[in-house]
Amino acid sequence: MLILILLLLPLITAIAIAVIPGISGQLSKNIGGGISLVNFLIFIYGLIQFQKGDTVLLDYSHVWLSNANINFSLSADGISQVLLGLVTFITMVVIHIAGSFDYKQSSLLYILILLTESALIGVFTATDIFLFYFFFEISLIPVYFLALKWGGENAPKITFRMFVYTIFGSLLMLSAIIFLYTKGQTASIQELAITGKALPKNVNILLFLAFIVAFGIKMPMFPFHTWQPDAYTESPTPATILLAALLSKMGVYGLLRIALPLAPIGWNQLGIYIVILAIFGLIYGSIIAIKQNNLKKILAYSSFAHMGLMAAGILTGNLSGTQGAVIQMLAHGINVAGLFYIVKIIQDRTGSRNLEGLGGLSQKAPVLTVLFMIVLLGSVALPLTNGFVGEFLLLKSVFDYNNTLGVIAGLTIIFGAVYMLRMMQKAMFGQLLPANENILDVNKSELMVLVPICLLVILFGMFPNLILNSTVEAAKAFTQLMSNI
Amino acid sequence: MYPILFLSFSGLITLFLGFFQEGKWVKPATILFLAIASISAFIDWNKPGAYFFNMLQVNNFNLLLSLVILITAILIVAISDNFKEIEYAHSAEYYAIMQFSLVGAIMMTNFQSLIMLFLGVEILSVSMYVLTGTDKRNLRGNEAAIKYFLLGAFATGILLFGIAMIYGGVGAFEIDAISGTLASNQAQSLFLYIGLVMLLIGLLFKLAAAPFHFWTPDVYEGAPTIFTLFMATIVKTAVVFALYRILHQSFQNMHLSWSYILAGCIALSLIIGNLSAVKQISFKRMLAFSSISHAGFLLLGLLHVSKTADKSLLFYSVSYLLASTSAFGVLLALKNERTENGRSNENISVFKGLATRSPFLSAVLIISMLSLAGIPLTGGFWSKFYVLTDAANDQFFYLIVLALLLTAVGVYYYFKPIITVFEKSDIQEAITINPIFKIIFVLTTLGTLVLGLFPDLLYGMI
Repeated sequence: MLILILLLLPLITAIAIAVIPGISGQLSKNIGGGISLVNFLIFIYGLIQFQKGDTVLLDYSHVWLSNANINFSLSADGISQVLLGLVTFITMVVIHIAGSFDYKQSSLLYILILLTESALIGVFTATDIFLFYFFFEISLIPVYFLALKWGGENAPKITFRMFVYTIFGSLLMLSAIIFLYTKGQTASIQELAITGKALPKNVNILLFLAFIVAFGIKMPMFPFHTWQPDAYTESPTPATILLAALLSKMGVYGLLRIALPLAPIGWNQLGIYIVILAIFGLIYGSIIAIKQNNLKKILAYSSFAHMGLMAAGILTGNLSGTQGAVIQMLAHGINVAGLFYIVKIIQDRTGSRNLEGLGGLSQKAPVLTVLFMIVLLGSVALPLTNGFVGEFLLLKSVFDYNNTLGVIAGLTIIFGAVYMLRMMQKAMFGQLLPANENILDVNKSELMVLVPICLLVILFGMFPNLILNSTVEAAKAFTQLMSNI
Repeated sequence: MYPILFLSFSGLITLFLGFFQEGKWVKPATILFLAIASISAFIDWNKPGAYFFNMLQVNNFNLLLSLVILITAILIVAISDNFKEIEYAHSAEYYAIMQFSLVGAIMMTNFQSLIMLFLGVEILSVSMYVLTGTDKRNLRGNEAAIKYFLLGAFATGILLFGIAMIYGGVGAFEIDAISGTLASNQAQSLFLYIGLVMLLIGLLFKLAAAPFHFWTPDVYEGAPTIFTLFMATIVKTAVVFALYRILHQSFQNMHLSWSYILAGCIALSLIIGNLSAVKQISFKRMLAFSSISHAGFLLLGLLHVSKTADKSLLFYSVSYLLASTSAFGVLLALKNERTENGRSNENISVFKGLATRSPFLSAVLIISMLSLAGIPLTGGFWSKFYVLTDAANDQFFYLIVLALLLTAVGVYYYFKPIITVFEKSDIQEAITINPIFKIIFVLTTLGTLVLGLFPDLLYGMI
C-alpha cells in the first residue's frame, strides 16, 4: 500500500497544480518541493519497515485489465528499493535546482518533474510486464516536454530525435512482449520467465535482441548512443539530470529484470557479443570524453562510458556484476546529478561551459572547488568514494567472465581519471581569466544540494555494505535464475 | 431499430425547421433529435430480435454500436457552427442530411441481410458525397466531391455485384444463412469467392484501406472540416463493424481465404498511410493518411477470428473517435486563423505558438496526438494493445512487428504538431474558445485519458 502512495502522491499533486487555477510558479515550486520531500520520507519509512521484516508495505496488487489478465501490481525488493531511493532523492534535488534558476516561472516545470517521478517509481517497481512497459514509455514524455520547452536553440530537433529513437526501441520491445504474452497467457514478469525459458533458441535470440535494442537505446549503449550527447547538452539542466541520473537507469534495470530473465537462452547465445559491445562503448566513450571541450559533453560521454560498464556487469550474470551494477546505478545517479549541477553553476557564473572560457576559478570559489572535487573523485572511483565499490565489483565481474575483456575494461579507470581530472584542472585551476574576476562562490541554496550529495558520496564510499547487504538477496535470486538455463 | 425510424422522421422535420427564424433552431433541434434517438435505442435493450422481415438484427452489442455512433454525432453537431463559413449555406439541409446518413450508418452496423447492408452503404455514401461538396464556391471542395462520388459509386457497384455473386453461391442474403451453408458444405462454389472479394473491395474502399485509399487525402482536405471529422469517425466505425459482421459472423469458415487478402491490405495500409503522412504540410491531409494507417490497425483486429475481436474493435473505434474529435475540433476552433490568401489556415503551422496563446487548446491537441500515436496513458495505447493481442498468432506475427515499427514512424509525424505548438510565434493574442467547444474538448480529452488509465471501464462493460 505504501508503494501506491509513493506512486500516486506526486501524480495527484501534479494534477492538482495543473487543474487548480491561480497557482503561481513560486507556490507550485514550494508544493512540489514539499511533496517530493514527503515522498522521500515515506520511502525512508518504508525502508525501515522493510528492514524490520514487514514487506507488505512495499507490495501492492490490483486487477487492472481483468479480461487480459493484466494486474496493476507493484513490488519493491532490495534492488528496486535502491532505485526508489535514488528517484525520490534526485527528484527533490531537481525541484530545488529548477527553482533556483530563473526558468520562466512556470508551474508546468514542476508538474512535469513530479510526473516523471511517478512514472519512474512505477518503472522500478512494476512486476507486471505491461505495467512496466506503460511506465517505461510514459516516463520519457514529461522529460521530453521539459527539454522541448526550456531547452537550447536546437532543442526541438535534438529532443525529438531522442524521442523517436527511444520510442522505436520501446516498440520493438512491445512486439517482443506481446509475443511472450500470447505464448504464456500471463503478464507477470516472474511467470513469463518460465515461458521465456521454454521457447526455442532462435525465437529466444530474436526476443533478446529486441530487448537489447530497447534498453540499449535507453541507457544508451554502443552503438545506439548517438542521440545522447546532444540531448544532454541541449536540454535544460533539470531535464539533463533527470535523463542522466534516472532515465538512463531504466535501461540497466530493464536488462536486469526483463531482457535477461525473459530471454535466457538468447542471453546465453549472444551475451558475450553484447558484453564486447558494451566494453567497446566504455572505452570509446572515455576516449571521446578526453577530447571534448564542452563541460556538458564531457559529462555526457563519461555517463555513456559508465552505462557501458554497468551493462557489461549485468550481462555477465554473476553476483558481483549484478551487485556492482546496482550500487553503481546509485552512485552514478548521485554523482552525475551533482556534476551537472556544478557545471550549470559554473556556466551561470562565467557564461561559458567550454574549457577555454574557464580556468582558475578555485581562486574565487574555493568551496565550489572542494565540492566539485569530491563529486568528481566519486565519479573517478577513488577508494572511499561511492564510485569505487561499484566500479571495482563491475570490473571484477567482467574479469571473472573473460580475462581479456576484464583487462580492456580496466583501462577505464585510467581514462576516467584522465578526462575528469583534465576537466577539473582546466576549469578550476590555472590562470584566471580577467572576465571571471568577479565571480561569487556557492551560495546557501546551492550548498543545500551540493553538501548532501557530497556527504552521500562519502557515506556510500565508506559503508558500501549498506547497499550490498540490502540488495544481496534480490541479486542472488537473479543470478540463480540465470545460472540454471 | 427505433433510432432508424426516429432519425428518418426527424431529418424531415429538420429540413422544415430551416424556414423559421433563419434556421437558428436547426442546430439545437438536431442535437435534441440525436439525443432522443440515443435514448430510444434503449427501448430494445435486452430485447434481442429481428426486424423488417429479418433484415435487421437487434441485440445489445448492436445497440451499443448505434449509441456510439449517435453520441459521436452529437459531439460533431455540437462543434459545428451553422456553416457560417460557407457562402449560400443551407444549414438545415446539411443537418438533415447528417441525420439521414446516421440512419445509413446504423443500418450498416445492425444489418442481418446483405440487402440492408447495401441500403446502409448507399444512404451513408450518398449523404457523404453531398456533404463533401457543400462548400460550392470552393474549388477543392468540388474536386473532392466529384472524386469521392465517381470512385465511391464505382465501389458501391462492385459491392452490389459481390452481393449478387454471394447470392448465386448460397442462395441467401442473410448472414446467418450464409454461415450455416458454409459450415455444412465443405466445397464452396467459385461464386462465393468472387462475391466475397468484391464485397470486401467495396467495403475496404469505404474504410479507406490501401490499396483502395486514393480518394482519401483529397476528399479529407477538400471537404469542410466538420464533415471530414464525420467521415473519419462515423463512417469508419460503421464500415468496420459491417466488415466484422461479414467476416466474423458469416464467412468465418472461409477464414483461410480472406485472411491473406486482409493481411495484404493491412500491410499496405500501414506502410502507405504512415510513410505518406510524414511529409504532409496540411494538418487535414496528415490526418487523412493517418486515418489510412488506422484503417490498417482496425483491419488487424479483424484478421483473426477470436471471441474478443468485437470488443477490441469497439474499444479502438471509441478511442480513435475521441482523439479525432479533439484533433479536428482544435482545427475548427482555430478557423479564424487565415493564410495570406484569406482562406482558413489548415496547415500544421496554424498551431505555431499555441502553447502561449491557449494552453488549454494545446493540451487538448497534444493529448489527442499522443492518443493517435498510441502512447501509453491514452486510450490509443490500449486500443492498439487489444487489437494486436487479438491478431497475434504465429502465422501473421510479422504483421504485428511491422505495425509496431510503423507506429514509430507515426510518432514522427504526430509529434510535428506538438513541436509546432511550442514554437514561438509573432502573434501573441489569446484565443477565445466557444464554451460549447470547451465542454466537448474536456469530454473528449478526459475520455481519452480515462480510457488510457482504466481501459477496463469500457472493455469490461462491452
